[in-house]
Amino acid sequence: MDTYSLMREFADSWMLLWLFVFFVCVFAWVFRPGSRRVYRDTANIPFRNDDRPAAADKEA
Amino acid sequence: MTNAVKLIVLAIVALMAAIAANYARDLAYMVNALVVMAVAAVMFIVVLRNTDEEVETRDLSGEYMDDVIRFGVVATALWGVVGFLVGVFIAFQLAFPSLNFGWAEGYLNFGRLRPLHTSAVIFAFGGNALICTSFYVVQRTSAVRLWGGNMAWFVFWGYNLFIVMAALSYVLGGSQSKEYAEPEWYIDIWLTIVWVCYLAVFLGTVIKRKEPHIYVANWFYLAFIVTVAMLHVVNNLAVPVSIWGGKSVQLFSGVQDAMTQWWYGHNAVGFFLTAGFLGMMYYFVPKQAERPVYSYKLSIIHFWALIFLYIWAGPHHLHYTALPDWASTLGMVFSIILWMPSWGGMINGLMTLSGAWDKLRTDPVIRMMVLAIGFYGMSTFEGPVMSIRAVNSLSHYTDWTIGHVHSGALGWNGMITFGCLYFLVPRLWNKQRLYSLSMVSWHFWLATIGIVLYAASMWVTGIMEGLMWREVDANGFLVNSFADTVAAKFPMYVVRGLGGVMFLAGAIIMCINLWLTATRAPAIDKASDVRPNGLVPAE
Repeated sequence: MDTYSLMREFADSWMLLWLFVFFVCVFAWVFRPGSRRVYRDTANIPFRNDDRPAAADKEA
Repeated sequence: MTNAVKLIVLAIVALMAAIAANYARDLAYMVNALVVMAVAAVMFIVVLRNTDEEVETRDLSGEYMDDVIRFGVVATALWGVVGFLVGVFIAFQLAFPSLNFGWAEGYLNFGRLRPLHTSAVIFAFGGNALICTSFYVVQRTSAVRLWGGNMAWFVFWGYNLFIVMAALSYVLGGSQSKEYAEPEWYIDIWLTIVWVCYLAVFLGTVIKRKEPHIYVANWFYLAFIVTVAMLHVVNNLAVPVSIWGGKSVQLFSGVQDAMTQWWYGHNAVGFFLTAGFLGMMYYFVPKQAERPVYSYKLSIIHFWALIFLYIWAGPHHLHYTALPDWASTLGMVFSIILWMPSWGGMINGLMTLSGAWDKLRTDPVIRMMVLAIGFYGMSTFEGPVMSIRAVNSLSHYTDWTIGHVHSGALGWNGMITFGCLYFLVPRLWNKQRLYSLSMVSWHFWLATIGIVLYAASMWVTGIMEGLMWREVDANGFLVNSFADTVAAKFPMYVVRGLGGVMFLAGAIIMCINLWLTATRAPAIDKASDVRPNGLVPAE
């Protein structure tokens, strides 16, 4: 089989499936239990550390 | 030691540029070589004068790197005015062809100035805005100083050198004739180097972040940087005819080349003008509204849906061409699906103001941002409609397309950038507030009315010429010649030009206001805690 046909066949079978599954999993991941609390914290990142970087000892 | 290496490298670059200018096969290449030579020579002198001088070293990790952002803000405002000015001029060239002056034929006629306008507004104004806001946002949301030391300076100056070289070569006839990808191979290589450094600075900062999560704005910025790198490299694959000249031969040919070009072209819209500017929206709108984004979950879905769908939409530029039907249908279907994430993002941006709608009455900066989001919604509705094959048969090659592009570019990209500049300048120059809020209001209304005039006149003239082109008489003969449609468009062209004048006037008012803010507005008094939010208390 020539390279084009091989890649074409892979693209519209396994690759398509993988991309679609990944896409659906993103939605499932976003609505996982407990995400609301995490995202409330993440959404407030812009309101911290406005003037200077976080202190060196403050790790993650 | 480092200075010695720098001096050797700069000397070699200057010498090679001089040799290139000597052997140059075309004018654009020669002038660009002279620019490179001059830049290398000036840098050589600067480095030489600082060699063996005492270097003050102090720990900067406790402060953000804001100098480069200040330069970026100035460059954004100035390139914006230049780009709008060229746009206004070529708009009047279309209305009054005598403005294609005989003495400047081959340099300042429409064909040479049009790419100068598009590149100045997209890459110079938009690109500088994206680079400086991304540096601002990634530092504050990662709570660390920019990674890579002076590499951020290299990104800023290197990018602006790219713009100067590209602009000079357009006017002098150096173009590889790919829309939004006009620069020739040697400028493309330079941009690739700068862009890889940009990615390194941005990613390095994200990697050493102190916040456990990567804020959503950084996801959008990162998608923009990575995708533009990929698009730029693939669309510019070419073999130079000579290393002493600008001309090159494209690797792809025929319909493959056309598809690659519009895969690039549409994703330049999708990732440069949309994803990057959405990064701005997700940081600056919450900041100016002083409340977190409406739904963080929606913002994540917005991100993944947008990048998964946008990349497929390019073929809708090639309806009724040699491109296979299945490919253009695919592009059309994905363009229509794309409507959903776009409006999801618009709703997320607008609803961030829920509970703070009163700010629209008192704060012209947030009004500007909200108008930008509104135009984002309108142009991402208009785009899918125009991508439908039947609609496209009417709209393609007409001024409707130009109107659509400008409602997106002036309304969405322009207004959100203006909002960000009004947000940034008081903070970066340590001022309590903007110099004048009424000047912001003037800018807002001039720009808004300008866009409305522009878009409305282009709808009218676009649909009119589309209908005139397809009009046939009872015997099946075409009724109108092409020149008939050109003559019929004259009044709308004048209205469009006036819209442009208003938009330009607003931008000039902005520059004056920002200049006065940086020089005359009251500085922040460290003792009191006045925040530079530029707000007037509600009555």
